[in-house]
Amino acid sequence: MTEQATENRTAIPVTARVSLRVNGVEHHLVVEPRMTLLDALREVIGLTGTKKGCDRGECGACTVHVDGRRVNACLTLAVMQDGHDVTTVEGLGTPENPHPVQRAFVANDALQCGFCTPGQVMAAAACIAEGNATAPHRIREWMSGNLCRCAAYPQIIAAIQEAAQADPVDPAHAR
Amino acid sequence: MPADTGFDYVRAADTAHALTLLDTPGAKPIAGGTDLVTLLRSGVDRTPLLVDLAALRGQAVRVEPRPPLGGPGIVLDALARMADVAADGWVRATYPVIAQALELSASPQVRNLGTVAGNLAQRTRCPYFRAEAPTPCAKRSPGSGCAARRGVQRGTAVFTADPDCVATHPSDLAVALAALDAEVLVESRAGERTIPVTEFYRPDAETVLRQGDLVTAVAVPPVAAGSRSAYLKVRERASFEFALVSCAAEVVLDGCVIRSARLAVGGVAGHPWRLTEAESALVGLELGAPAVRSAIDTAFAAADPLPGAVFKVELAARAAVRALRAAGSHR
Ligand SMILES: Cc1cc2nc3c(=O)[nH]c(=O)nc-3n(C[C@H](O)[C@H](O)[C@H](O)COP(=O)(O)OP(=O)(O)OC[C@H]3O[C@@H](n4cnc5c(N)ncnc54)[C@H](O)[C@@H]3O)c2cc1C
Ligand code: SF4
Ligand code: FES
Ligand code: FES
Repeated sequence: MTEQATENRTAIPVTARVSLRVNGVEHHLVVEPRMTLLDALREVIGLTGTKKGCDRGECGACTVHVDGRRVNACLTLAVMQDGHDVTTVEGLGTPENPHPVQRAFVANDALQCGFCTPGQVMAAAACIAEGNATAPHRIREWMSGNLCRCAAYPQIIAAIQEAAQADPVDPAHAR
Repeated sequence: MPADTGFDYVRAADTAHALTLLDTPGAKPIAGGTDLVTLLRSGVDRTPLLVDLAALRGQAVRVEPRPPLGGPGIVLDALARMADVAADGWVRATYPVIAQALELSASPQVRNLGTVAGNLAQRTRCPYFRAEAPTPCAKRSPGSGCAARRGVQRGTAVFTADPDCVATHPSDLAVALAALDAEVLVESRAGERTIPVTEFYRPDAETVLRQGDLVTAVAVPPVAAGSRSAYLKVRERASFEFALVSCAAEVVLDGCVIRSARLAVGGVAGHPWRLTEAESALVGLELGAPAVRSAIDTAFAAADPLPGAVFKVELAARAAVRALRAAGSHR
């Protein structure tokens, strides 16, 4: 059970302890059960690389990896991910040592405003590791959970194709 | 964050624990959370207690001998992720309609979270039901009317059996499972029961589950030797969209003559719609014969769509013809 009494739950929000391993670092949080993983990452842990576009699974801007799988951080509660391993865009690569997908996005100009980019990059890294980046039509289908309002789609597809060829399966970034 | 209220949250340790917790009035299971989290945040769902089922997850797909029926069937774990079922080798080879329906559902990210039971029990996508501003909707507040009847009707049923609600159920998986005569295994503290997928929904797109019920698995019976199947989804954009209409087809051929056919259509009712009349009329016809279309039309004779959904009758009939032929040529 969560910590406080379930009486008066609207007046006094119940809270729960959550342990998340984010980019290899252990975080112990006390959050309301209703807090999404996305809000916990951005508002509590302070990692704002993961973006909030729609907050309901429709845009992919919030894509992170949980235990190596790409998921929408806005569709899962932080309490549900207690004890799990989360990778955000901050943990994928560094400016000095970018992930092959990040390098390919820069080389291919695969962004305009950049708002969708962290989600695109996280989804793309998973898409390649899954083996779903084998041809442009397949990349389009398996990246359809990530929208880009600037419509940088041709460049995004080109970047993913290039990264997939450079690094067909990156075991460090599985699924 | 809009006006949602807080809720309590407990992780069930095992099935017995989950069943005890689910007896709490208003308590609901949460699996992937991909539907429920959004409904909680927007205030559409106001459950006081979430029971997390994550610890109950078992092997996604089990191949099980079913002696009375011949070959082996499969059992899908309630907590199996959509992505894992779609990727399963046995599913892809034996029940391609299931793998196709899942891979045409949502996005890779959603499929990595969403589960079999959560998918079947997801709520309608009727925009008025999910509206953030108060809108007349009998499902949300009984007696308030139905905004869909005077609003956008593309998503409404063409077989309308409920007096108050014309919503359709959005699950693609349910349509595939309905064509395969699959059954939902339900447990509660009162015991176990088995519900055919075709009887799992009420006419208003809600499930028949009651407080305290837990879906534990879905059993898919074996298919006949030579069975072929396919899923066809018609939607407003090429990917990552709910179906306007869809059709799951399973067929056994003798050369190019139909020996048996099973068809279920989505997007036309509060539940997957089996084309029962058509299925018997199709037996003995050649797959490519024009008579296939007339046979399928017999199953749409009772359609009573709202004006804005009339086009879906023709669309669904054509989708059924195409799905059947795709199944027949697929192996
Ligand atoms: C952007 C978007 C697009 C989508 N597109 C599609 C699509 O094209 N086709 C499609 O089919 N779906 C689509 N979906 C819906 C998605 O597939 C479902 O949200 C998902 O399958 C639900 O599974 P879940 O485990 O996350 O359910 P949850 O959100 O955890 O639960 C959903 C419901 O099921 C109940 N429930 C869960 N597990 C059990 C159980 N074991 N026993 C009893 N009740 C249970 C919960 O109480 C809740 O009422 C889409 C969703 C999004 C967000
Ligand atoms: S169709 Fe059903 S869910 Fe949609 S507005 Fe009418 S009553 Fe509500
Ligand atoms: S913010 Fe999560 S999908 Fe849009
Ligand atoms: S670069 Fe602007 S939304 Fe994609």
